[in-house]
Amino acid sequence: MSKEPVLKAENLNVYYGSIHAIKGVSFEVYEGEIVTLIGANGAGKSTTLNTVSGILRSRTGSVTFLGENLRRVPCHKIVARGLALVPEGRRIFLQMTVEENLEMGAFTQSPAGIAQDLEQVYALFPRLRERRKQIGGTLSGGEQQMLAMGRALMSHPKLLMLDEPSMGLAPILVEQIFQIIRNLHGAGSTILLVEQNAQAALSIANRGYVLETGKVVTTGAGQELLASPEIKKAYLGG
Amino acid sequence: MKKSPFHFLTYVLVIGAYAALQVLQARGGLSSSLRGMLVPICAYVVMAVSLNLTVGVLGELSLGHAGFMSVGAFLGTSTAIALQDAVPVPAVRLTIALIVAALFAAIAGFLIGIPVLRLNGDYLAIVTLAFGEIIKAIFNNLYLGVDGKGVHISLLEDTTRTAETGRLIIQGPMGIGGIQKISTFTAGFILIMISLIVIFNLVNSRAGRAIMAIRDNHIAAQSVGVNIIKYKMMAFVTSAALAGSAGALFAMNYSTVVANKFDFNTSILILVFVVLGGLGNMLGSIIAAAVLTILPEALRPIAEYRMLLYAVLLIVMMLTANHPFVRAFFNRFRQTGRLRLEADGDEEREAV
Ligand SMILES: Nc1ncnc2c1ncn2[C@@H]1O[C@H](COP(=O)(O)OP(=O)(O)OP(=O)(O)O)[C@@H](O)[C@H]1O
Ligand SMILES: [Mg+2]
Repeated sequence: MSKEPVLKAENLNVYYGSIHAIKGVSFEVYEGEIVTLIGANGAGKSTTLNTVSGILRSRTGSVTFLGENLRRVPCHKIVARGLALVPEGRRIFLQMTVEENLEMGAFTQSPAGIAQDLEQVYALFPRLRERRKQIGGTLSGGEQQMLAMGRALMSHPKLLMLDEPSMGLAPILVEQIFQIIRNLHGAGSTILLVEQNAQAALSIANRGYVLETGKVVTTGAGQELLASPEIKKAYLGG
Repeated sequence: MKKSPFHFLTYVLVIGAYAALQVLQARGGLSSSLRGMLVPICAYVVMAVSLNLTVGVLGELSLGHAGFMSVGAFLGTSTAIALQDAVPVPAVRLTIALIVAALFAAIAGFLIGIPVLRLNGDYLAIVTLAFGEIIKAIFNNLYLGVDGKGVHISLLEDTTRTAETGRLIIQGPMGIGGIQKISTFTAGFILIMISLIVIFNLVNSRAGRAIMAIRDNHIAAQSVGVNIIKYKMMAFVTSAALAGSAGALFAMNYSTVVANKFDFNTSILILVFVVLGGLGNMLGSIIAAAVLTILPEALRPIAEYRMLLYAVLLIVMMLTANHPFVRAFFNRFRQTGRLRLEADGDEEREAV
């Protein structure tokens, strides 16, 4: 891995007022990888993703994306740079139709390519094509998650960040969502995946970082972490 | 997003109402009290549709819309008075005054927006509430004179030393007196049309989609790369500017204007128009503003109970609008609209 990483986060320290939520976190994501951040509730996973996407700012260190330091890049311009976040909790536009949601995903893109991009997303999520004209708020949880992911793909991300895509979904849907992530990866996407479902996340990830109360405590290849007795004990229920 | 057929209908109804009222007026079919209300109705309609842009389309609560009206009323009218000799044609003077009023109200909106629109939550409601009161206090204590040497301003006491040849325009708590009534029904109609064109074009544009996306889910909007502050600002400043010109139109329909006219009650009254007319529904705002401006005149005997009546109406509306039965009733309309389209398609297929 002599190449430059797509994303490099160095020594992030993020505060909510006086709460020190992220304490010196560093990690990298290389092209074509799935990297996962795992950890318990409140470990700081979402805070880390939100810092990378510019919603929150780190007091120290830096976030470098495709060789550019993002310190001075405002949040709304980061999407256009090719960094897309699917936020936690299926944040879709509840009053818009499925297609309008997807079109909003292309907000930073020129309108010329939208029709073609829609086709690609529909090919990936046939369910969304069926529900094209349905109002977002009336979709099931799994469909909403697919919509949130499809919407992010509309911006042609060079790095796709997913914040707990499996949250609150039935096992069969979790399986579907992970299959889609695998497909995206197979098609060449670079993915940063945040999960509480450590088992599922580690089994598809090239590498993983384990967060505990705002710090990276362990890092390694996905399979390696999956086999580690400590990780098993703490996150895999046995 | 498709253009709403509602927009077209709104234009048609406004033009139709204007034409009908003009014909009636020409035939002497309007009572003098109603004739006197034509300009205020236009001003309130513009106030209502502009507030609906902030409350209904952007989804932020503003409790000080009368503050922008006040800024426009005082600065627009002052401009008209200062230009009385330089610009003898009333229509031109009025146009300049309305533009100046819109500009100053826009600046006020921008200044408020800078700190507040960064925050999520009900901050805008609180700050606009304070803004309305502060503006009232300022114009109640402001002295503004114009003479050969330029503009003189003082607060609390008249220390402007405006020359005899000049004129003290804003006189503290007495406001502005001796205004030439250059506002006309036609000017009001044109201002309504301009407001509608501005708002509908904004709503149909890319910026409008961004604004509605923010209303729908600001985290999702942020995640697709919408510049939240910029688009919130765009909606809020546009709303303020339109309110400013409505204020100037309103003021120049009377011979005097005082700051207390644009108080918290006025802000709430306009909010009532918007809520009764329906959030995001411009035609509803227009009808509510017109009807509720005429109604108290018609109900003069019980005028004292007007605010009570509005409060009761609002509560009744909220209760009924949320009642499962009423919701189901309206939903059925919506769905039958959609279902009917699909059913038609099926029939065609069968026919073939
Ligand atoms: N807006 C906020 N204000 C104050 N503290 C916050 C805020 N958001 C998060 N925190 C705190 O920061 C810490 C990290 O939270 P974060 O949401 O990043 O955790 P997480 O790993 O994503 O957890 P989960 O798996 O539950 O989503 C927690 O202690 C949390 O209470
Ligand atoms: Mg989280």
